[in-house]
Amino acid sequence: MEIPYTTEPREDTGLFNAKVGIWLFLASEVMLFGALFSSYILLRVGAEPGAWPHGLLNIPLGMTNTIVLIVSSITVVMAWASLKMKDFAKFKMFQSITLLCAMIFVGIKSYEYHDKFTHYEFQVKNGAVLEVHDENGGHHELQLKTDSVLDGHLLETTEDGYVVHGHVIDPQAQAAVTHAWQAREIKEDHITVKKSDVTYKENYGPWHNTYMAIYFTLTGLHALHVIGGALVIGFLWGPGAGMWKTDPERYTNRIEISGLFWHFVDLVWIFLFPVLYLL
Amino acid sequence: MSDKHDAQGAHGTHDAHDAHDFKQHVRRYLFVFYALIVGTVITVAASWAHIDSVALTVAIALFIACIKGFLVAGYFMHLMSERKMIYGILLATAFFFAGLMYLTIWSMQPTSLVHMNQ
Amino acid sequence: MLIMRRQPAQLTKLMSTQAATTHAPAHADAHDGHHGHAGFWTTYVFSTDHKVIGIQYGITALLFLFFGFCLMMMMRWSIAYPGKPIPIVGPLLEKVLGDVAAKGVMGPDLYNSFGAMHGTIMVFLGVVPLAFAAFGNFVVPLQIGAPDMAFPRINMASYQAYVVGGLIMLISFFIPGGAAQAGWTSYSPLATTITTNGQTFWVIGMVFLITSSLLGAVNFLATIIQLRAPGMTWMRLPFFVWAQFVTGFLLLLAFPPLEAAALMQLMDKVAGTSFFLPTGLAVVGRHISGGGSPLLWQHLFWFLGHPEVYVLILPAMGIVCEIIANNTRKPIWGYKSLVYSALTIGFLSFIVWAHHMYMTGMGTKISTFFQTTTMIISIPSVIILTCLFLSLWGGSIRFNTPMLFSLAFLPMFGIGGLTGLPLGFNFSDLHLHDTYYVIAHFHYVVAPGTIFGLFAGIYYWYPKMTGRYMSEFWGKVHFTGSFIFMNAIFQPMFAQGMAGMLRRMADGGANYAAASVPGAIGGLSHTIMYFNQTISIAAWCLGLAQIPFIINFFWSIKHGKKIESDNPWHATTLEWQTPTPPPHGNFTKTPVVHRGPYEYSVPGRDKDYTPQNEDDAVPAKPARA
Repeated sequence: MEIPYTTEPREDTGLFNAKVGIWLFLASEVMLFGALFSSYILLRVGAEPGAWPHGLLNIPLGMTNTIVLIVSSITVVMAWASLKMKDFAKFKMFQSITLLCAMIFVGIKSYEYHDKFTHYEFQVKNGAVLEVHDENGGHHELQLKTDSVLDGHLLETTEDGYVVHGHVIDPQAQAAVTHAWQAREIKEDHITVKKSDVTYKENYGPWHNTYMAIYFTLTGLHALHVIGGALVIGFLWGPGAGMWKTDPERYTNRIEISGLFWHFVDLVWIFLFPVLYLL
Repeated sequence: MSDKHDAQGAHGTHDAHDAHDFKQHVRRYLFVFYALIVGTVITVAASWAHIDSVALTVAIALFIACIKGFLVAGYFMHLMSERKMIYGILLATAFFFAGLMYLTIWSMQPTSLVHMNQ
Repeated sequence: MLIMRRQPAQLTKLMSTQAATTHAPAHADAHDGHHGHAGFWTTYVFSTDHKVIGIQYGITALLFLFFGFCLMMMMRWSIAYPGKPIPIVGPLLEKVLGDVAAKGVMGPDLYNSFGAMHGTIMVFLGVVPLAFAAFGNFVVPLQIGAPDMAFPRINMASYQAYVVGGLIMLISFFIPGGAAQAGWTSYSPLATTITTNGQTFWVIGMVFLITSSLLGAVNFLATIIQLRAPGMTWMRLPFFVWAQFVTGFLLLLAFPPLEAAALMQLMDKVAGTSFFLPTGLAVVGRHISGGGSPLLWQHLFWFLGHPEVYVLILPAMGIVCEIIANNTRKPIWGYKSLVYSALTIGFLSFIVWAHHMYMTGMGTKISTFFQTTTMIISIPSVIILTCLFLSLWGGSIRFNTPMLFSLAFLPMFGIGGLTGLPLGFNFSDLHLHDTYYVIAHFHYVVAPGTIFGLFAGIYYWYPKMTGRYMSEFWGKVHFTGSFIFMNAIFQPMFAQGMAGMLRRMADGGANYAAASVPGAIGGLSHTIMYFNQTISIAAWCLGLAQIPFIINFFWSIKHGKKIESDNPWHATTLEWQTPTPPPHGNFTKTPVVHRGPYEYSVPGRDKDYTPQNEDDAVPAKPARA
């Protein structure tokens, strides 16, 4: 039993079945990510002025990921174009770059997640003495006049203290950071604090604040889509490539469909990157 | 079989089996690729500028993102040469997404009778 | 020349006029040789055939409907006789669930979890799978003249995701703490901060169910767009297919925001985020980062929730339309109006959702917007109902069981729809929100509304699936009992709601009745409280009235009256132009459609019905979009 229009398009719609299917599915994905973006806007607009964090994410890494995905986008369309021109070897080459880009993306994302799990906020009590080594090699002691927050990456945990690369936030003295570029201009030093002076510490996981929550949810869901897409493309590149010999048109259509999904994943990132990293 | 090919050609779909046609397509893809890279660099560079207005910052970032998105959707996803059916589905989706976003945010604004800490 | 691979006894002379749908024996034998070695598992469990999948969905959904009904029957005992042990079932509950049902009495926590699960199971595991997936899967490909769904393996996957989601929901009853308790709407912060795991199971189950629906929606839409037979133009589609088409779009676009919300609620529960937890909320033993919004959950939930109710009603309207046309022996009045109304409902249903949230403190401008769109959406619903009513005028009505259920659907849905109007205005909703009035309203639309439509569909298409009629006598008994008791249950609830009885009260409002003394204002009167008992008794009688249906359903498979032809109801639509049951691939030769779907009693013809694919030298219209 043959299902019609699996490979050849139907005259009045001009489409073959899987293409209708994937666009319908992508429409639902637009609503999915759209709901998350709407939630982001709502949470941000509803936050108190100055409470929304900036500068928590590594922009060069994010930009690299953006370029990696853009490269994979063009290789995935070139792979399909090669198949249309009956060049299977070129297809294999382009698609392997796509898969490589996918792996680089996930790798960088994992590093970023790890980076946030080692980024801590320490609540330090009044009167604590911190040892500060600044970037010029200078070394001085800082005594806190009030309950403060030490914010930075945990480099080392010694027997009685934490070595942190970060900065001290005095909740009263410093004005709240309201723009992304302000966050970039904060100086970071090596600071050592005694464990006994720390009243509470928490790392920058999704539990830390709403911004981290929406960041992990959005990028996590996106990364799952990257992995899913890569698995499908990988399957078609490897074990599923046999169909090129038996039914090349259907195989080419499959490559086109998986490419459409991949482009959608890239499209989501094109919006994710500025919204989460730059604004 | 050949009738089907002719029918496809007559409908003017992007499914050209002509290698020469594809060279044109490849050139277009490369152009889009360069445009995307440039767009990314501009967006990141713009974020370094000391712009005070949050609204303006957001507008610039989203404007460039929309252009990049349009290029990906239009050329890489062949939307420029795609059929009405797909356009219809996407238009409806875009409308409902906009509705979800706009109406939700509008309804969560404080009313004039309720003064929140803002 | 006819060949029936499975039921040689059903050759009739009627089939000879439909030779187009069956074909030369050699072709069928070749098929047989190819599929002949499919084992039990491939044919009945892991099938990719839309008819098998449709029946799988149907049976599973009916089982879930039965289970949800049983939950309600136990809840009604607690409402009518709070604090008293449930007879017969009580000791069983205690044995299975432990302390929450101590001494066979339904405690308030158990009541809440039964209530939440009754709603979830009936809506997501019962009605939607039955109305959309079961009937849609079996009937739509046949009615459009297609060999199967566009993506048969995805079809199978969507059924399997449904089963997994359903199992997760069922299992949640037996984990420590029991099933979800925060209502089928799972509002945060209660749903997030509740310490038991049942709520988490609910969220995970919902993710599977949403996935199943999404895959199904993609399949249905692609099938209807791409696989219509030649000559089956959009405006020749049976209204049932249009209804399923709009339903598919609603599921496709409205479910994902709920999936996003479910993901965020899951993150709130297991990853300590605060998407829906506001600043300043104090929860024992957990750090809440705050900054979230409970309203965000409500918006995302109801963005699905409202289109969901149209998902519940549209397929039933489609079924009723088919049956009315068939049993009045005349074309449906206003086919175009029906189609455009269905499309309008689909479109508008996305922008009315906040009428479920009038009490959340939204500003007057935005609530005016939602009130306006809510009022506007009632118009196409009324148009559909009017077209169906008008279709009865001048008809030769056959009062068989499917028709009885379809006829009853009309006023029942009318009552349900009209009683929605006071809920659509925020000034009246102020008084009625969260009362039994709401329960009465939505149950009228879904229970004697949609479910009557679904019963009608079961009686109507049963002969096509099995080759036998269900018993007409017991069908009428089932109908009479269901009709009387449905009304006896839900009619008094309007009064209870207007008197102020709130929803979700395990003791049926007994606490509020205590305040009632002569001359006092407030408190629930004796009559209102007495209704609790009459309603409960009616509910148990409704349960009894379903027994003939259940027995009839299974008994008739082997012992029902055999159909005389493949088209026992003398219908015009394509599903009746196939062998019974339709073989794998449905039509051995693709049918060509020459006319619209409801050509009954066309003057000048020998029969009072003309099948869509009947070719009497009328040149076929080329298939156009």
